[in-house]
Amino acid sequence: MLEDKGQRPIPSPREISTQPRFSDKVFRAVVTTGGLSSLAILGLIAAFLGYQGFEILVKEGISFITTSEWTVEVDSFGAITNTTFGLAAMLVGTILCALIAVLIAVPVSVAAAIFLSFYAPASLKKVLVSIIDLMAAFPSILFGFWGLFVLMPSAEYWARLINRYLGFIPIFEVDPPIFTRSPFIAGVVLAIMIIPIVTSISREVFSQTPLDRIQAAYALGATRWNVIRTVALPYARGGIVGGSMLGLGRAMGETVAVYTVLNIVYQINWQVLFGAGGNVASLILLKFGEAQPYEIKALMAAGLVLFLLTLFVNFIADQIVAKSGSKGR
Amino acid sequence: MTQSYVIPKPSRPWRPSPREKALNIGLLLASVVTSYALVALTEMKGKLAYFFVFFAALALFNMARGLITKDWMNGRDQFFSVIMLLGMTIVILPTASIIYTVFDRGRKGLHAGLLTNDMALATPSDPITSGGLLHAIVGTFLLVAVASIVSLPIGILTALYLTEIKGRFTRPIRFLVQAMSGVPSIVAGLFILSSVVYTVTKSYSGLVGSLALTILMIPTIARTAEEVLNLIPNDLREAGVALGGTQWRTVAMVVIPAARSGLITALILGVARIVGETAPILLLTGGGDAVNFNPTQGAMGSLPFYIWKSFLLGTEESITRGWAGLLVLLVLVLSLFLLARFLGSRRTK
Repeated sequence: MLEDKGQRPIPSPREISTQPRFSDKVFRAVVTTGGLSSLAILGLIAAFLGYQGFEILVKEGISFITTSEWTVEVDSFGAITNTTFGLAAMLVGTILCALIAVLIAVPVSVAAAIFLSFYAPASLKKVLVSIIDLMAAFPSILFGFWGLFVLMPSAEYWARLINRYLGFIPIFEVDPPIFTRSPFIAGVVLAIMIIPIVTSISREVFSQTPLDRIQAAYALGATRWNVIRTVALPYARGGIVGGSMLGLGRAMGETVAVYTVLNIVYQINWQVLFGAGGNVASLILLKFGEAQPYEIKALMAAGLVLFLLTLFVNFIADQIVAKSGSKGR
Repeated sequence: MTQSYVIPKPSRPWRPSPREKALNIGLLLASVVTSYALVALTEMKGKLAYFFVFFAALALFNMARGLITKDWMNGRDQFFSVIMLLGMTIVILPTASIIYTVFDRGRKGLHAGLLTNDMALATPSDPITSGGLLHAIVGTFLLVAVASIVSLPIGILTALYLTEIKGRFTRPIRFLVQAMSGVPSIVAGLFILSSVVYTVTKSYSGLVGSLALTILMIPTIARTAEEVLNLIPNDLREAGVALGGTQWRTVAMVVIPAARSGLITALILGVARIVGETAPILLLTGGGDAVNFNPTQGAMGSLPFYIWKSFLLGTEESITRGWAGLLVLLVLVLSLFLLARFLGSRRTK
């Protein structure tokens, strides 16, 4: 044994390096590629829609989003003679419906989130949160046909009430009294669709309110409402605004529910209770069926505008949410 | 010599006393009575009036109680607690109404052959008992399966980048995933139309439909998977690396198996997100009425398309079929949701 010792080669110390090994390099490359796929997909969406819609965007220029006329004239042989594509009416409709939805959904959602965070007993809270999560998973077609068959009669009655008591305000005027299938009703359906999103984001922000501030307020003799108003709401303000913007983006892009509920008429309509309106997404669905290849290019351009609009809204929402959280009194 | 003990009963001063409970119920009843009285006596009519008068009365009565028993601040507190309850009620009512309506109206469209027949030989005005939605279920299953196969790896890789590598793209990628979940579904449809259908396949098929669904599914999977992977304790990763494993081995042998049930939950939530997605399906799949097992060729039916078509046909029978389709879709979404909940609750044990 002892003699052996001298003859054995002394192992040289392993070289220590911070270089990742080959397998890790491959792993990191694969994961990074996968991670960047979202960038690739979003880039490709913009590129392909832009490529297909390029011809229209060049021909129409800025009037594609400022004028509101969408006509394709064909001669008796079916050949296209003259086209005008202007998206303004649908853009106005998109923003109008989405704004109505947010105006209805945000107060309700914030109240619900406050109820869940500060009032509901733990057992009830669990059930209610499950119901709200479930609501977020409902497909839009469900909201669409429910809105058309069940909500419409009630919502039409609400619209009549608003018109009777607030009709002196210009946007609540209804010229020929047609109350069905109006932007208001579409807005109500969209509001119901975005309520779960806004509620769960608000609830999450409320649950992050620093406990020491809440307890300090209680210790100073505050009531629950005082705590909510002076501690929770200022702290959560940024998150609520961000959540509302996310809901706004979702409401702008909604297709099926709006198509089902709204009477799509190609005109700029600011009278929210009057049964005519539209949005970009539902226009695409409406025109796609009978569109010729040239008009489909215009629809692609419309899709690009919608895509950029929702991307922009999401970007703003992201910035607001990222900034909030550390704020509050 | 017996000593008498006074055993103190546990008291819970924060619990409402019987008197307070009685007062609560009394105020509730008073509000109901007020709402009925006002609806009967004044010009306000309808369910809306009952609803709002009830909550207004409840809020005012509670405020009055707070004012009388304590002070102005307590009164205001009581008032706003009712307002918050009102908000919660408005949130819950539509869900209840949707579930009730779908079950109530869809029930009439159910029949024995619903899940075993397709619509190839049935016309819109045929009686309910002819035809069924086998083709729609087969189609939806295939669409969802193909979309899952494509988006599960991409979604999990994105989540792994955000949790394991944390490179310099972490913040932009998190935003991009968020932005991707906000992409309108019709835009996803148009994108596949312009990039795949017009350039490569030149025809509608189930495959292109599921590619559009992939775009909608990736962000859901990525975000849920990120949350799940973040819950895996760092000790596990450190232990794996300390034992001499490379990062690749640690992630593949330790982190992913530990997060398995959570990743399945992510997949299920992704499926629930796309199973009822309608707009891209309408643009891309063609929507056949016969069973088609081949996603690469031919028109492919699906549940949302079936529902859409049934409602647009507009005959009494087809509208009933549409509600039955919605019932099947709702049951599917409900069971996926409950499955995800079940797996999620098991994970936290």
